This record gives sequence, C-alpha cells and structure tokens, in this order.
Amino acid sequence: MDEPKIRDQTAALDPTSGRYVGRPFRRVDGRDKVSGVTRFADDLEFPRMCYLRLVRSKIPHGRISSVDFAPAQKVDGFLGSLVGTEMPETFGILPVSQDEHALGIDRVRFVGDPVAAVAATSEDSAYEAALQVRVEYEPLPTIASIEEALANPEPRIHDYGSEGNIHKRVSMRFGDLQSGFEEADLILEDHFFYEGNTHMALEQHATVAVPEDVDRITVYSSTQTPHYLHRALTRVLGIPAARIRVIACPNGGGFGGKSDPFNHEIVAARMALKLGRPTKITLDREEVFYCHRGRHPVSMKIRTGFSKDGAMTAQHLQTALDGGAYGSYGVASTYYTGALQTVTYPLPRYQFDGVRCFTNKPPCGPKRGHGTPQPRFAFEVHLDKAAEKLGIDPADLRLANLATPGQVTANWLRLGTIGLRRCIEAVIEGSEWRQRRGNLPYGRGLGLACGAYMCGAGLPIYWNHLPQSGVQLKLDRSGGVALFCGETEIGQGSDSVLAALVADVLGVDLQDIRLCVADTDLTPVDLGSYSSRVTLMAGNAALQAATRARNLIAGAVAERLETAPENLVFAERRVFDSAAPEAGLSFEDAVITAEARFGTLSTVGSYIPPRSPGKYRGAGVGPSPTYSYSAAVIEVEVDPSSGIYRPVHVWLAHDIGRAINPTLVLGQIEGSVYMGLGEAMMEEQAFRRLPRHLSDALVHKVPSVLEYKTPTFLDMPEVTSYLIEDPDPEGPFGAKEVGQGPLLPVPPALANAIHDAVGVRIDQVPIQPYMILQALAAGDKGEEARFGPIGFPEVDFGETLIVPTPEEGGDGRAINDPKSQRHSKMRGDTGTMSDRDKALKTKDRALTTK
Amino acid sequence: MEDNHRKKQQQKGPESGVTRRHFLTGAGIGAAGLVAGAPVATGAAPTESAAIIEVGEMVPLTLRINGHPRLLLVEPRWSLAYVLREKLVMTGTKLGCDRGECGACTVLVDGVPRYSCMTLALEAEETEITTLEGLLEGEDLGDVQQAFKEHDAFQCGYCTPGQVMSVEGLLRSNPDPSLDEIRLGVSGNLCRCGAYPNIFKATRRAAELKRGKGDRS
Repeated sequence: MDEPKIRDQTAALDPTSGRYVGRPFRRVDGRDKVSGVTRFADDLEFPRMCYLRLVRSKIPHGRISSVDFAPAQKVDGFLGSLVGTEMPETFGILPVSQDEHALGIDRVRFVGDPVAAVAATSEDSAYEAALQVRVEYEPLPTIASIEEALANPEPRIHDYGSEGNIHKRVSMRFGDLQSGFEEADLILEDHFFYEGNTHMALEQHATVAVPEDVDRITVYSSTQTPHYLHRALTRVLGIPAARIRVIACPNGGGFGGKSDPFNHEIVAARMALKLGRPTKITLDREEVFYCHRGRHPVSMKIRTGFSKDGAMTAQHLQTALDGGAYGSYGVASTYYTGALQTVTYPLPRYQFDGVRCFTNKPPCGPKRGHGTPQPRFAFEVHLDKAAEKLGIDPADLRLANLATPGQVTANWLRLGTIGLRRCIEAVIEGSEWRQRRGNLPYGRGLGLACGAYMCGAGLPIYWNHLPQSGVQLKLDRSGGVALFCGETEIGQGSDSVLAALVADVLGVDLQDIRLCVADTDLTPVDLGSYSSRVTLMAGNAALQAATRARNLIAGAVAERLETAPENLVFAERRVFDSAAPEAGLSFEDAVITAEARFGTLSTVGSYIPPRSPGKYRGAGVGPSPTYSYSAAVIEVEVDPSSGIYRPVHVWLAHDIGRAINPTLVLGQIEGSVYMGLGEAMMEEQAFRRLPRHLSDALVHKVPSVLEYKTPTFLDMPEVTSYLIEDPDPEGPFGAKEVGQGPLLPVPPALANAIHDAVGVRIDQVPIQPYMILQALAAGDKGEEARFGPIGFPEVDFGETLIVPTPEEGGDGRAINDPKSQRHSKMRGDTGTMSDRDKALKTKDRALTTK
Repeated sequence: MEDNHRKKQQQKGPESGVTRRHFLTGAGIGAAGLVAGAPVATGAAPTESAAIIEVGEMVPLTLRINGHPRLLLVEPRWSLAYVLREKLVMTGTKLGCDRGECGACTVLVDGVPRYSCMTLALEAEETEITTLEGLLEGEDLGDVQQAFKEHDAFQCGYCTPGQVMSVEGLLRSNPDPSLDEIRLGVSGNLCRCGAYPNIFKATRRAAELKRGKGDRS
C-alpha cells in the first residue's frame, strides 16, 4: 500500500507579514509531549495526598434506602466518607437543567450514578473501601428507550421537564411550509437512526483538589471548561468564587467529553476540604463510559420538497433524542439537531420538531459536532436519494443549493463567507468523481456529502452580556511576553494558535511567548474549549491585546527614534523604522523603552460575538460569528458475499477561512475523518436489559476500550485533505474553525458510497456488515434494498412556534409566543444588553466585530 | 510512604465479586511465592515450598530502568505501570485503561514493547526496562521523539508515550519497516485524536534518523 498522501496546500497561501500565521510551524507543546514532561491531571502528586473513590449505583433506577459505611471504615487506610446530603445543592451545565447531585440524595437513575464516596491513604485502599460500602435500594421500573419514555410517563425519572419522561419539546416553523411542499415537483420522506457513541478520550478523567491556606481550595482537573466548573463548585460547595481556584490541566483528549462539571470534581473538592488533605481521583475506564455525555441516539424523520432542477422548496425535520438520565447539554443538543440544517444549503421554508426523553442510562451530551452529525447524516443520505430520483448527479444537486454569503437563513442565522462550492469542486476533482462514480466495478463505490459548522456558539451557556473570551499580555524588561488566557489546550493546538497570533503582531519568536492558560485565579475568563470557539474568540481577543501592546511600544519607540509610530515595523525581534531599518531597537530594548515611558506594561483584549438577528424562543442555539463548510468523497470496497466493507480513500475539503497553522488544520481534518469513520462503521454506546431475575438492569454492553470498537491503525484509510482559504472578516486573520466541521460529512459519505458500490441504502449508523447483507437479500426478493428504521415514534411536539422568515418580512420573533419579548428584558448575573452594546461600540475597530 | 507502614490486613479481600485488582492479588501471591525460593522466572508455577505472602506485604525487588538499578519494596500484585508511575513518579508512562487495551502504557522490556499495565513489576526483574524518559539523550530528544515532534505525530499527547515506545521497539527489530509493517507494529496503540497519518510519517523519519540520515530540525 502507498503511504497516505496529504496534499500540501500551504504553498498556495497568501503570505502574511509575520513568521508564523499561514505557515506550518511546530506546536509550542511538542517537546513536552514527546518527552513525557506534560503534566496531565493524573500525573500530579502532592504531599499527604489521599485517594477518592465513588460508590456507583448497580441498579438503573431506584430509591436509596440506606448507605452503610461500617464495613468500609474497617479497611486499612480508610480516611473518610461522603454522602449526598452533605452536598444538597444541585448543579448542571445548563441553567435550565440543574438536575444533578454530587452524590445521589434519594434516587439513582442509571447504572453508574454516584451514591457515596470514600477516601483512603492509597488508591487500592480506596477501591477496597468503596467495595465494602453497603447500599440498599428500592428498585423502580426502568425506561430503556425513546419509545418506552414516551409510552411510560410514570415513574418520572425527573420531576421537571415538559411532562412525564419528556425532558424537552421543541417545535418551530419558519415560513409557509404548506405552500413550499405544494410548489415541489418531488416530495421525499425518509427515516433514519443514528446510534449513540462516546468520546473515549484516552485520558481518563482525573481531578486533584488541594486545600490551600484557610478556606481556599485549588482544583486541578481534566476539564475543557474550567470556568463552568468554577461556577458549579461555587454553587455546590457554597464557597465564594474568589476562594476557589480551578486549573484545567492539558486534556488527554476531550471531544466534548470533559465539558460538563462532573460529580467526581465536586466530590473531590468537598472531600479535600473535609479531610484537609489533597484528594485525587482518577476514574477507571469503565467509569468513563458511565460519565459519557456523548452522542445522543437520535431517530429522525425528514421530508423535503424539491423542484425539478434540484432546488429545495421546504423541509420538515423531526428528531427524537434518547437523552439518558440527566439534562447535561441536552436542551441545547435538541435544538442543535435542527438549528444548522439551513446553514449548509438554503431552505426557504423549514419546520423543526424535536423531543428529548429521559431514560435510565448514562447521560448524553456534546460530542464533536454536538447534535448535528445525526441530522447531517439524515439530510445528506436523503439528498443522495433525491438526486437519484431527480436524475441529477449528487454533486450537482448540492451545487444547485448553495447559500449566499452574508445571507440570513429562514431560521434567522446570519451566514458569513461560504467556501462550499470550492470544497465540493476540490473533492470531486481529487476523487475523479465525474469519471469514476457509477462506472466502478460492482463492489466499489464513491459517495459524497457536505456539512457546515459553527465557529463558536454565539451565546454563552448562562445568560450574560460579558466578553466570551479574554486575553491578557504582560511584557517586561526581560523581553519575554506572558500570555494569559482561560482557554484549555485539549490537543487541538489552541496554545500554539494564540502564541503565533501574538508573536506575529509583536514580531517575536514563539519561544518568546510564555503561556499561562486555564487558571481561574490568573487568567481572564474564556468560556472553554467547546463549540469550536477558541481560535475565533480567544484568537480575536489575543489579537486585540497584542495590537494594544504593539501600539504602546510603538509610541515609546517612535519618540526615541524621532519618527511616527506608523512607520515602525515589528519583525525578527526588532522594532525599526521601515525607512531606516538599521537604526532600530531590539524587541527587548523596545519593551524597556516602553516600560520606562509608561510604567509596568500589560494589555488586555476581549471578544464579544456579533448580535444575532433571531429573537424567537430557541434562537439562542445556532448563531455563530461565521460558519465553516466541508465536503467529503469516500471510496469504499464492499464484499457482497459477507457485507464486510472497507473505506479505501477519503478526500476531504474544508473551508478554513485562513489556516493559522496548516499543519494543525490537517491534523484536525484527519482526526475528524478518523472519528467520523468510527461512528459510521463500528462505535456504539449501547445497552441491554438484564433478564428480570437478574435485576432488570440496563447495563452498558461494552464498557471497555477493547469491546467498544474504534478504528485502529489498520483501519485508517488514505486521506487527502484540501484547505480552502477565503479569509472571513469575523475570524482572526480570517480564520474559521476546523475541530468539528470536517467530521460531519464523513458518515453520510460512507453510506452513499456503499449505495454506489452495491446498490443498498443503509439508513442508520453504525453500518454493520449484516445490515448490508439483509438489504441485499431484500433487494434479491424484489423488496426495497434497504436497512433502517421503518417509522418514527408517535410524539406530541406541542404547539408550534410560528416565525416568519426574513423573506416574508418577519422581525425575527414568533407571532404566537407571548414570551418572545422575554430575552430583551432579561438581566443576567452581570451586565445588560445595553452595557454590551456600549462595550461593542467603544471597541477598537481592528479587533472586534460589528 | 504510608503503605509501607500499613499493618497486615486480616481479611483476604472482599467477599463479593472478582475484580481485576483482586485477580492480580491472587496472581501476585503466586509470583511472590517464587521470590522466596528461586529467582523470578516469568510464567513459572509456584513451588511447594513457596511462602504465603499476605495482602499488603512487601517484597524486595531490583528493577533496571533506563540503565539504572532501582531497589524497591513492592507488593507482588503491583503492575510495572503502577510502580513506574506511583512509586517512582516516572509519569511519562501513561495509563489509559489499566487492562491492556489501549497501549498508552507501553514500555520496552529487553527491547520489546510491552504493556506495562499487564506486566507485574516482579516479572520485570532481571530485564532492561526502557521508558519514554530513557529515550532522551541528555537534554536532546531521542530519534523517535524528535521525529514525532517534527511531524506533529500527536495532538493531545496522551497516547504519545506509548506510541513512541512501540515505534522505538519496532525500529530496534526492523530498522527499515514498510508502511504495512508500521501499521502492524503500532496497531496495539490507540490514538483517539486520529493522528495516525502523521505517526506513519514520523516512523519513517525516525528510521532515517536512526540510520544517521538527515539533519534534525
């Protein structure tokens, strides 16, 4: 086999004035990571450190009748215990779903739900003690699926939510759907199912809580969102935020799985305070599967009208999500299964209905692509079927449905630059789509799909009008630049991106930048490494801080060199007059000059996203400063006698705006292809109900890395990546996201390729060989050559919000919702909408958005 | 260390359930029995004269790690990964599953890649153990580490120590592997960031560096 080729597009980039941006450069954390110096949370050790272990429920649903620590207390090394009543305050990532307790108070809701905690002098003793804790339960009937949740309102898993075991209902219509379908020449309706799957980051979650001097505590944790963890700790521990310091260690992979505040983090902090000793917990691999917060299993029904030329006239999408036992990000996830459908291709009229149910399984939440890979799969396979019926090439059907840059969609999302046409053209040229598709021998096929994703969520998780990211720079006579930012390095390379932006503005080397990130005591707030937001949001904040520092230095140096500040060039660690380069100062001397002139040097930058035009209830999910686009073609080889298939080659083009570091961008694309293929081919977070005589429990089928199948080196196909660059005015130097978007087209492109290879439609993932065999057999019998769901659950989605589209002259509000004025009057914890608008107006132009 | 001062536990373990740790406890008792009689021979059966070692009891052990002898007291059930990370604080070796599934804990035992979480510390006596830290050449990166850095063959860096050790082991037995040989050689190491293509490139580059070709950059 040939070596995988990665097409190097970097030569074609526009050169910028700096040394780094737009060029491949080495990561700032490279040396530490290859030599074992990087300290992940589990690598930390403190004097007198003790070990925590959670006692987790063995039954999927029940009332806790008693917890007996007596046998555990006899274990050698036992230090202390905790129960839920010692932390009665609830928490949860979303303000509307504060439904978790650090330890169960009266109820357990899934196998793995934490009930009690013990600490001991060694990890072995803590395990031993945890095994000895006796917990008695009164079992309750269990809810295993969306269908069971809808059919059984009692017993309620939670006493909040829409009703019964329905956590959230959403229904909204944008435009006159009926006339849209009446105008259509073809109406197509399909059902799909996307199985749940989990992040399985290789680093198991770990936390070390260290009591400091009187009444203070430091919590080191593998978290993507130290700011949100800080808030949850403040709430549950009842300690002022100023006395809690959260430090997010570099994450050994996140993918969304470390973006909730977790029980173990809060319990470790509580135990450390109780014992007065540093307390460490590292989850074992099985527990990581129970923590989950991964991809929701989603049933989908999609109905779309097409005109003869392929233009879409209307779409009605219905989704039902299996949420697991807690809220997590679920309300947002529910909206996300509908919100971004209109971003990839314009849908002039659109209705979205969604429902999320509670079930007695580990809670689902955000995983790479949060809520969008499922409807993306449905939509792109659905389009492939439509292309066949309309007699249009699938690539041409997509090219006939491109949105306009700057357009406001039917559901009131403002689009930015759109590189989708160039993405499609790149992958169809690379794969020789026009010549090869449909002309390959039986058993080989090509499939195409596209996608779009946000570059940072437009709104924070909790309602406020404050900056979503902040960067502070400290410069001093050493010539070094310290960069402080609340973002977390989770492997995506965010530290390197921020360092490069600042280095280029100040004309210094990466080695001159010292990073201090993700420390709530020291760094300005950044909301976290989720929703593909860091490059755009923290990047813009870093640019603002760096430009302010540059202006300060330029002012002082210009006086000394007797020239105008605008004549000065910052490059190669020097500051000089472009007209007389030899007479300049070294960067160190330039900083000394500025420090002498202005005193201690520090600058800040912050970023607030532009306001979104949508005002209806639910309009907060989906807005983003801009969107990235991707297209993929996959070539697959299918053995029709066994159903076993193998993706041979993936071509993936991504609209990156501008690549800050092309090497990192390519890495994210390849990682997304890898993870997308895993979801499409094999990964499933699936459960089975034990027989009634064995407790009726819903247990995870495969809570181990060996049995939860993921692609290995041997499964990785050749990947050809294309970086499509069209700088977006919202991004720092024009950059957009790449962490999540490239995953979206991968599963549907695979399903479409299998259809091209052997003529069967597999309308669910993961696609297993037996599904292909069954579909082939059905085809042989003259039935539809398809495997997939045949219906959609009976759901009452409640009253539909009617929101006129921009085209219909709407104002972004629903016409039938008395509460639609609510948000404009709503006060946050801090700041109001008018404060925010004033702040936006006074910001310097180069660094901010409209 | 507090564990050292622990008094012997009276009970043999919990009544309920068999866990991997307790399975290892049993296995450790078997292996420890040999210490009293004969030098540890991997996989040999306990002799009749073997002493019974209580849970929590320590036995002396010398490990040669990165060329240096380390004299330790260990519980016979402790894995090599546990001893490296928790007792010697050599945290370059990572644990991703603690049950032989992910490969993050890979070290070289006599030059051959082994999952250190599945290797008892006692089994590694009289072997040469090499960890990630041992590949450093003074302040310089080893060839494989250098190649990984040059080719961005990692993202989060958590599986990286294991990947580096597997590649090191592969190149020691096969200095010029083909792509298929590389795939097979590192297939026991999972990378969830999907940095596989760059790991292939880094392996090729490391082979070059080891053959003395090419300047480091």
